Amino acid sequence: MSIELIANLAYILASALFIFGLKMLGSPATARRGNLFSSLGMLIAVVAALTDQQIVSFEVIVGGIVLGSIIGALAARLVAMTSMPEMVALFNGSGGASSLLVGWATLYVGSEAIPTFTASTVALAILIGGVTLTGSLIAYGKLSERINSAPWTFAGQRIFNGLLLAGIVVSAVLFAMNPTPDSQYLYALIVLALVLGVMAVIPIGGADMPVVISLLNSYSGLAACAAGFAVNNNVLIVAGSLVGASGIILTNIMCKAMNRSLANVLFSGFGSHKVAKAVEGEVKPISVEDAYYILEAASNVCFVPGYGMAVAQAQHVVKELGQILEKNGCEVSYAIHPVAGRMPGHMNVLLAEADVPYEQLVEMDDINPRIENVDVAIVIGANDVVNPSAREDSDSPIYGMPIINVDQARTVFVLKRSMASGFSGVDNPLFFGENTRMLFGDAKESISGVISEFGN
Amino acid sequence: MELVYLTFILVLSIFLGFELISKVPATLHTPLMSGANAISGITLAGAFLAAGASSPEMASWLGGAAVTFATINVVGGYLVTDRMLGMFKSKRG
Repeated sequence: MSIELIANLAYILASALFIFGLKMLGSPATARRGNLFSSLGMLIAVVAALTDQQIVSFEVIVGGIVLGSIIGALAARLVAMTSMPEMVALFNGSGGASSLLVGWATLYVGSEAIPTFTASTVALAILIGGVTLTGSLIAYGKLSERINSAPWTFAGQRIFNGLLLAGIVVSAVLFAMNPTPDSQYLYALIVLALVLGVMAVIPIGGADMPVVISLLNSYSGLAACAAGFAVNNNVLIVAGSLVGASGIILTNIMCKAMNRSLANVLFSGFGSHKVAKAVEGEVKPISVEDAYYILEAASNVCFVPGYGMAVAQAQHVVKELGQILEKNGCEVSYAIHPVAGRMPGHMNVLLAEADVPYEQLVEMDDINPRIENVDVAIVIGANDVVNPSAREDSDSPIYGMPIINVDQARTVFVLKRSMASGFSGVDNPLFFGENTRMLFGDAKESISGVISEFGN
Repeated sequence: MELVYLTFILVLSIFLGFELISKVPATLHTPLMSGANAISGITLAGAFLAAGASSPEMASWLGGAAVTFATINVVGGYLVTDRMLGMFKSKRG
């Protein structure tokens, strides 16, 4: 058997392991092993790729692997769970960068002229890889609040983007017609692709980041796929399209959870904003002590976390309170909206970090039918996902978005730093609800306060 | 013929991807995303050729950078996913 045949058989094995791995990631009980399977597949694919006869020097390869492993391992080990969204964005971006570079470098490998088809796939790898790279960097900036996470728009943005797209198409076509490594259209394409990534993500607000992150995840797969076509490698195509498809599914789930189309999420920054009816009313604040008395008597409590819980790092005290309530004979659950937080499943990860068993995490569709039996719903740093305007006010920008109907629980505690409106700038009628009590202050401190009341 | 064959693989894999991940509980969305993200670092296998073939210096540089970025993606992605999944505990477990 030739080495090439063995390598190709190894690729098939690797692809099978990726497929098994992804399948097993679908259930909490098998997920960890699934991830292990998938990494084993990666190891096999990488070793097989190293047997390629054309590879004559290993210095650069080994250097790159060592450097990349150190950076990747340190980043994975050191990142705090609350910063997971920006970490995922950075890993995504580095995948995009790699596809861009692979496409580019392919032009230098081999002495024959580059066929138009290969040149087109190189252009595609550069385009998608470039967009993934800078798009992820902007997403990183917005998620880590290094840049303003509000939608950023300017006059003539649509025209600018139109010209940008036209420029990309023209450069890609001109490059593909005469593909040389020193083509000026190649450089133009690289630069324009990088600019497009910035322009695509910058008009999207922080609250829509779950969609952006999963879409970029999909792009990083598609970029790998395009690079696979460029270098004629099956395993890149299989793995890349698996990732591309899974990213699109997640994107779709996120969009459905907001009852918006993907186009609406991506371009709504440009459109005219609807203005919600101004809500007026009186908020009813509650003291930590009174909150304790109500919780002490409650037999069914449901926590509804949002991005604010991540900001306040309150997941551990929330879990502690949950345990105390359980000991008190109370039924405790955690209702998680699909787009709560800044990435898909963000709240689940934080609560898992705090050792909340995953059986207690319930999805929106499970809690809503029985929300009326909940004695106290405790909203921690969530706003839009519990805003009744989504049901009632057809002028609201979030009208039609499925929400967790906490306003129908017997009592609602809203933990909030102050009375500023939430991210989308919508005033939330929940705050004025008859059964709503506002517990002002830092979420972590408020909950710690309630816990110490239980201690007394 | 090569093109048809590669496209064939592409189309089947996309359908397979859709089938595999259509019903994942929300609890696992983040690990799924970062796990899939690690798989997209497969470009590593494509980067070797550019980094190690007897090609101009420019290709080695680009290839070396590609290997580095892809490895960050692979190693970081798998480790962080494993770290997250290690935290998911069942009540019984």
